[in-house]
Amino acid sequence: MLGELEGTVVFRELLALFPTSWLERISSHPSSEAAEKTVTMSGFKLTSGSGRFERDANVQSSASGEPIRHTQRPMVTGSSVIAMRCVDGVVIGADTLASYGSMARFRKISRLHKATDMCVVGAGGDLSDFQQLTTMVDKETNRDYCFNDGHGLSPKAIHQYVARVMYNRRNKMDPLWNYVVIAGMQNGDDGEEAKPVLGLVDLVGTHFESEVIATGFGEYLGLPLLRKAYREDITVAEGKKVVEQIMKVLFYRDARTIDRVQIATVTKDGVDMGEPFKLETEWSYKAFVDGARAGDMSTW
Amino acid sequence: MASIGTGYDLSSTTFSPDGRVFQVEYAAKAVENSGTCVGLRCTDGVVLAVEKAVISKMLVQGTLRRSHIVARHATLTVCGLISDGRVIVDHARAEAEQYKDFYGRPIPGHVLADRIAHFVHVYTLHWHVRPFGCAVLLGVADVDGPQLYLIEPSGLSYRYYACAFGKAKAAARTELEKLKLNGSDGKALISCDEGVKELAKILVKVHDESKDKDTELEMITVTDGKDGGAKLVPRKVVEEAHAAAKAFLEADDMED
Repeated sequence: MLGELEGTVVFRELLALFPTSWLERISSHPSSEAAEKTVTMSGFKLTSGSGRFERDANVQSSASGEPIRHTQRPMVTGSSVIAMRCVDGVVIGADTLASYGSMARFRKISRLHKATDMCVVGAGGDLSDFQQLTTMVDKETNRDYCFNDGHGLSPKAIHQYVARVMYNRRNKMDPLWNYVVIAGMQNGDDGEEAKPVLGLVDLVGTHFESEVIATGFGEYLGLPLLRKAYREDITVAEGKKVVEQIMKVLFYRDARTIDRVQIATVTKDGVDMGEPFKLETEWSYKAFVDGARAGDMSTW
Repeated sequence: MASIGTGYDLSSTTFSPDGRVFQVEYAAKAVENSGTCVGLRCTDGVVLAVEKAVISKMLVQGTLRRSHIVARHATLTVCGLISDGRVIVDHARAEAEQYKDFYGRPIPGHVLADRIAHFVHVYTLHWHVRPFGCAVLLGVADVDGPQLYLIEPSGLSYRYYACAFGKAKAAARTELEKLKLNGSDGKALISCDEGVKELAKILVKVHDESKDKDTELEMITVTDGKDGGAKLVPRKVVEEAHAAAKAFLEADDMED
């Protein structure tokens, strides 16, 4: 009994130490309002979905009332994704490494995800954020599947969805730390032929479509090579070779990559995720053996 | 009150003196007015079929769906009030999604059936809601193989090899019992493709010409494996099975 009383007194004293604005913040916690509004019956919610207050509560403040801290840097990361839109489909490739800082932490993961029968999503950046994103995309495609109305989410729709998610998160100052590449075949209107689509969304929600896309280190080393190799009539078979070649260049120069890559294609026949394979490399070049020196001519 | 035992049917929260909850029994009556639903567990999946009365000549074909997809590996048909059924479908989808979120794998059939049954049962306990006027047939194909469940308005849930509910449930169950469903090892003998034809035959046979003139069949399958999933049987296939069933039974009648 005495202990309880003492505890109360101590608690009051403690309260006096806090600025009053903190207390107001705790008492007007949005989730407590939401809890009152949710009608339940033997544990079942009678209304479906989650309310706006409930959803935003965890963004505004943590359970303890303290301001919550957001992701300020990625942890386990993937590097480049290289993709090219061709006449008959899209090619998208990535290595199978997830680095923890500079350590090659996970060597056999996939950074490409089959979203639908006609769409592949690949990403560089934080791997767990990418896993979260694919879970969200899968949930959307599953819901769409349940409607069973003969329509599926198109690659453009997925591109737009990812853009909305990324932009929304960056406005909460808590971005999903990814560069997301969306590759797929888009069915045309009025029975037009399916057209290849290639798009990118970055961690602040910038989104665009392009014939060639590269992320990570590939944005610097791969993009010029992609642009050089690109022709309007390039085929998926040729594009695959280009992507493989670029992955090889990146393996020579990027310290956050590995010689195992996966190249997926999307054509009118659907998605081919492609098996991961080892790149053949050649290390006996003079520059590699001797090391680069000042005054060396650039080789490319 | 006229006599002892009457007046106990106004609330689902009051038992009658002989231990019955009349409101729940009345809900079951609502189901018995429904077009017949049949379900069959097959070798490669589950087939669910339902007979829909065509209430108007101006009705668009295939409208007012009674079979729904709950998840990639689960389907459900509604027997009874269709709008009540949609509430169950919504809930079943939410349960399937929640399980996947939490455990990272598709919801097992028995868990989904239990959760739906739990949900339905809750509506028999509270004064401010009424029980569901529908039963649902649930077909699931997962790692444990194809499974068929029936959830009644009371919240009872049973697993079956084959079962029927609705208007002609007794006749349909008799017909289902005539099929050779299982081998001696308990494994299914009929494939989904055959199942579609067999169920069409049963629905045609138990159909009461004098009551409903025109009917439409709706079927849905769920299969396991690489190309598996929940799929509405294409209308063309259903219509062919329907026509074949009618022809078969007419030929049968001629012989008699």
